[in-house]
Amino acid sequence: MSEEHRLPPVTQLGMLSLSLIGAAVIYLAAHLPKHVSLTPAIALLAASAAVLAVNVVSLWRSEGFAWGRFLYIARWALVAYAIIAGLIEYVFLRNSTSGGPLIVLTLSLVVFALNVPVLIAFTVARYDDPAADNLNVSG
Amino acid sequence: MEEGTLPLQAPAGAIAGRGAAAPQTAEFEIVPRAGLPIVAIVVVLLIVAVAVNNTWPLMFLHVVAGASWTIIDLFLGFVLGPILGSLSLPARTELTTKLMPKMVLIMPTAVAVTLAAGWQLSSKLGDNLTSFQHHGWIVASMIVVGVMAVIALGLLEPANIAVLTELKKPRPKPEVIERLMKRFIYAAGATGLMQIATLVIMTRLATA
Repeated sequence: MSEEHRLPPVTQLGMLSLSLIGAAVIYLAAHLPKHVSLTPAIALLAASAAVLAVNVVSLWRSEGFAWGRFLYIARWALVAYAIIAGLIEYVFLRNSTSGGPLIVLTLSLVVFALNVPVLIAFTVARYDDPAADNLNVSG
Repeated sequence: MEEGTLPLQAPAGAIAGRGAAAPQTAEFEIVPRAGLPIVAIVVVLLIVAVAVNNTWPLMFLHVVAGASWTIIDLFLGFVLGPILGSLSLPARTELTTKLMPKMVLIMPTAVAVTLAAGWQLSSKLGDNLTSFQHHGWIVASMIVVGVMAVIALGLLEPANIAVLTELKKPRPKPEVIERLMKRFIYAAGATGLMQIATLVIMTRLATA
């Protein structure tokens, strides 16, 4: 698996990104019902999104990666985690969350729902032979 | 996901792709389609419980899903994990292909239901407000759940899917399966340890 050495630390960065949005959500949730400054949560969310972007870009620039397998797995994982994020969003809306906190929480869920498929698909695709990446898989 | 093949009774050489005879094969689904309607029913129950906002259904879903999450993590990390490590490669492969697809459906569902029902319940009871007497314990539980979620989503779930995908290949690499299974079991053990913290916090809250 020498090809692994050429791949960026996607799992580590993905977990860092997830940790940052987790911290943002916990910060907001721990202060209910007080109106606290959104700045720390926005900063954490922005940092999380930036790490996700760096992660995807650095992976995109890697050579010899099984993109066919990656995209196939990411697509299905995105469907699953979009449903989970939707359920959590529904609970926020049901509890009359609104305004700035709702925007921050919604964007956090978007980052979450993008991050997890990247992590799953990367872990699967890193062990694939790019030369044989003919996607011997179907729905 | 596709119907695939994997060598179950074949010697390790067949799995390693070292030119052994054609392996015996068994079919399995990475995501068991038969389980999807059950997941859909659970999700509908959750949506209804949140919409109705009665204490009992929310408590029921939160406790059942949370207990499942806790018990599965503890069982995988501390009981099944060591057993799995001591099995022969064919036995381990067979157990993996029967256990792991179920985990693909059970764990995300249990986690989502636990968190969504738990948050709705705490909102209804006012337990998530700063005015709650034991608010510190609630924040502690959020932190523990947050750490567990990062481990589960970053390590456990990807390893679960990856090991099944590897096993579906015509010639799965045993070193890859070994590495992914180790990661899965260690991650389950780590979340299992954190589940003990969850049990402490939840029993403290229940008896406060």
